[in-house]
Amino acid sequence: MKTINLTEQTVRDLNQALHAQAVECTEREWEVLEPKGQHNIACGLDQNLSVDIKGPTGYYCAGMNKKAHVTIHGNAGQGVAENMMSGTVRVKGDASQAAGATAHGGLLVIEGNAAARCGISMKGVDIVVKGNVGHMSCFMGQAGALVVCGDAGDALGDSIYETHIYVKGEVKSLGADCIEKEVREEHIEELTELLNRAGVDEDPAAFKRYGSARQLYNFKVDNTSAY
Amino acid sequence: MSEDIKVKDGLRESATFDRTTMTEIRRAAETGIYDIRGFGAKRKLPHFDDLLFLGASMSRYPLEGYREKCNTSVTLGTRFAKKPIVLDIPVTIAGMSFGALSANAKEALGRGASLMGTSTTTGDGGMTPEERGQSTKLVYQYLPSRYGMNPDDLRKADAIEVVLGQGAKPGGGGMLLGQKITDRVAKMRTLPMGVDQRSACRHPDWTGPDDLAIKIQELREITDWQVPIYIKVGATRTYYDVKLAVKAGADVIVVDGMQGGTAATQDVFIEHVGIPTLAAIPQAVRALQEMGMHRKVQLIVSGGIRNGADVAKCMALGADAVAIGTAALVALGCNHPMYDEEFKKIGSAAGFYDDYHEGKDPAGISTQDPELMKRLDPVDGGRRLANYLNVLTLEAQTLARACGKNDLRNLEPEDLVALTVESAAMANVPLAGTSWIPGKGF
Repeated sequence: MKTINLTEQTVRDLNQALHAQAVECTEREWEVLEPKGQHNIACGLDQNLSVDIKGPTGYYCAGMNKKAHVTIHGNAGQGVAENMMSGTVRVKGDASQAAGATAHGGLLVIEGNAAARCGISMKGVDIVVKGNVGHMSCFMGQAGALVVCGDAGDALGDSIYETHIYVKGEVKSLGADCIEKEVREEHIEELTELLNRAGVDEDPAAFKRYGSARQLYNFKVDNTSAY
Repeated sequence: MSEDIKVKDGLRESATFDRTTMTEIRRAAETGIYDIRGFGAKRKLPHFDDLLFLGASMSRYPLEGYREKCNTSVTLGTRFAKKPIVLDIPVTIAGMSFGALSANAKEALGRGASLMGTSTTTGDGGMTPEERGQSTKLVYQYLPSRYGMNPDDLRKADAIEVVLGQGAKPGGGGMLLGQKITDRVAKMRTLPMGVDQRSACRHPDWTGPDDLAIKIQELREITDWQVPIYIKVGATRTYYDVKLAVKAGADVIVVDGMQGGTAATQDVFIEHVGIPTLAAIPQAVRALQEMGMHRKVQLIVSGGIRNGADVAKCMALGADAVAIGTAALVALGCNHPMYDEEFKKIGSAAGFYDDYHEGKDPAGISTQDPELMKRLDPVDGGRRLANYLNVLTLEAQTLARACGKNDLRNLEPEDLVALTVESAAMANVPLAGTSWIPGKGF
């Protein structure tokens, strides 16, 4: 295992070393010590690496990740795993706002709570949150799935497209064009698979499903009160 | 009834409620929705035509046309990037999306720009292989929608442009209506076929200039600090926006004036939000100068650039380069009279067509209809664009030589005078024949 201490080396040094693994992979397991909330740690990875970050991270940790498996042993700042393409990002603590924003693929697991706008404009990523999510989560969510084992704040799924949302706890309010939907067998299967992948022990039958009413997909003047 | 007969009969049209206004009121009453259209502002605005160059006579020494060299190249991204982008001419192609434009149009833009050694720019739909393949210098736009955004394309780009605003609609997002969404466009944007595609007005994962500085650092980290990072703003509070963009770490700032075009937005936005390009440049330059960053952070200006005089005037006011959008489409054949009959069939006319969102463009440019798209040959279109870019450059060089300059970037405000008090005040140059700059005394 390769260890980099961010009090001795810079984030630039770390990222350059991790990016070099995409050219020639010499070390698959990486440990990052004393991140101390620095920004942009382990972003732009493009190799099947295992990166353990032992502490809290700042903004955009593991941004645009491809292939790598990143674990943050602490809290994550704004935009963790933003625009991730594939791989896994796991936050052992809480995540700040815009977790998994615009992410296209892979799996983001937040073992604590996620703040506002979790999964905003998500485009195919799967996000599993063991705790609660803040307001406007999954705003304009396009594809993928958001699983919330706790409660959801105001305006969940506002202006949603085709993202699947599953919430076990209370939903404070639903956003425009987001409705509760029937849970069918295929949804139980999808949820079971997501929970298993995330390593979360919850009963899929305890979740409600939310998605798009598809009433705002095309602009109609009769819907102006919804905008 | 002809105009003459109406006047002869003593009929008088209201200046306030003219026929265009009354038509819009009737349209609004019938549909209950605002007018959505493409193109740029159509009202008359203070523009570069209100400025004149002071050619050399006695007190200045001109250069010989066609004989003495006048440099046109410009290097962008000298502040932080390991690989600044070098353009042979200071005219680039502004960002326009695949989706709003046909694949052939995007390819033609790439071909034309490459022939002239300049760059073209992606748009709100991601990077297509055709575009990357035909563009020797390609700027990848990082937009609020993040449609098609991925790190592979980031690393293929020669520069990255973080788009915060557009001159036609500062503060507004886009709307690509469902009728233009083909299978390919839908797939690139991860949305169902036929659904209106809203482009957000703000980035989803940051909320202000302090966040932007971190976001820019992230983009640099992902690309190993290789390529320049541009920030594009719609011209409004330009002085402050430019200062904040510099502080956030931009290598290059793009200021898009309100004459800039769009694929589709509300008419009220196009005509009533933002400030003219002419007014924006001095604000941007002043901000850069006060920070000691003029020419260190390069300035690209866009919005209604039409000819070499506009190019030269932008540069004289302090820009490092200009970007063209609408003019480039016109060079490809947008609104061409040869399609006038077909424009009439869809309720428009050559020179007036602006319903880009409907996807029925007879010229095959702002459409995804495969039959219409075929009308634009990307090779021929590219050649036409290259010709036009060449003319812009030659014209700008001609004016620069007349002012005694052997480099377009040596043009300066001192080379300009204004025809109107308004343009003198906005451009911060003296009224012609005087030394008076409004607000600055004699």
